[in-house]
Amino acid sequence: MLSLLAATPALPLDEAGKYVAAAFIVFMVLLVVYVAIMAAKLQRIERELRELAGFAEQRKQEEQREEVSA
Amino acid sequence: MYGKGLRPLSIATVAMLALSLSLVFFYAPLDGDQGFIQKIFYLHVPLAIVALVGFVVGGVFAIAHLRTNNRKWDAYSYVAIHMSVIFGVAVLVTGSIWAKASWGHWWVWDEPTLVSFLIVFLMYATYYPFRYAIEDPERQARYASVFAITAGAFVPLNFMAVRMAQSLVHPRTFGTANGGLPGEMMLVFLCCLATMALLWVTLVKFELTAKSASGQVKRLRRALDAPTPGAASRIAPEVS
Repeated sequence: MLSLLAATPALPLDEAGKYVAAAFIVFMVLLVVYVAIMAAKLQRIERELRELAGFAEQRKQEEQREEVSA
Repeated sequence: MYGKGLRPLSIATVAMLALSLSLVFFYAPLDGDQGFIQKIFYLHVPLAIVALVGFVVGGVFAIAHLRTNNRKWDAYSYVAIHMSVIFGVAVLVTGSIWAKASWGHWWVWDEPTLVSFLIVFLMYATYYPFRYAIEDPERQARYASVFAITAGAFVPLNFMAVRMAQSLVHPRTFGTANGGLPGEMMLVFLCCLATMALLWVTLVKFELTAKSASGQVKRLRRALDAPTPGAASRIAPEVS
């Protein structure tokens, strides 16, 4: 890997390099922000599923209790 | 259902992104005219092409929705347009950076390619308030589909009009009188285009999977008669 990197030509990071880096960084940041928003959405769905599972379990226990008392 | 194949697709996208970036910086030759700044081309142009094609694809999904009256197609159309708008933001920002580096200005108003893309972008930016303004989900989906078809038809017309307009400033990638891109640059460009298309498909699938999961949770909540946590989103269509 190091020899491969050593063989590659040096990037001309002068005045032009700043703009090129900015363009690619903006793209990457947009991508990361989008993925972060989607991750937050998935967390919310997971939380809702957990709540629903708890709700269903609670209801089942109540039904069993009613059956026993009847 | 929507999540099927998402993992290999995501892995392929990441691998293609890594390959494309490597090719851009270590394989593609430096442009004789613009030098290192021309590297932005490999990011900016594929993003623009994929965004514009995505808008048209959104229109095609909208046609499917109006023909079948299946709300699934409306969701597809919404997600395709949504993703293309995000890509459009990236196009405008990277284009501005390139313009500043190359021409010394962040924006040039007398350049038809730039202004036409901005018009298309702003047109699609109105899709959200347009959709949000309609309460009834059926009407919302129908009107949004009509919007998506009309705007989707405008995209290729707009593209052709710009191609026909004579410009000496903005470079042309294909079919110019001077022969277009040399072989190595073309190879890298096509690789970047494939990567951006793959990224678009992956993100659309990702978004549809999230919407589907959210729709299933809502269905489960209704089936269990469970209390709703908050106001449901009116803008985004549900996928079951």
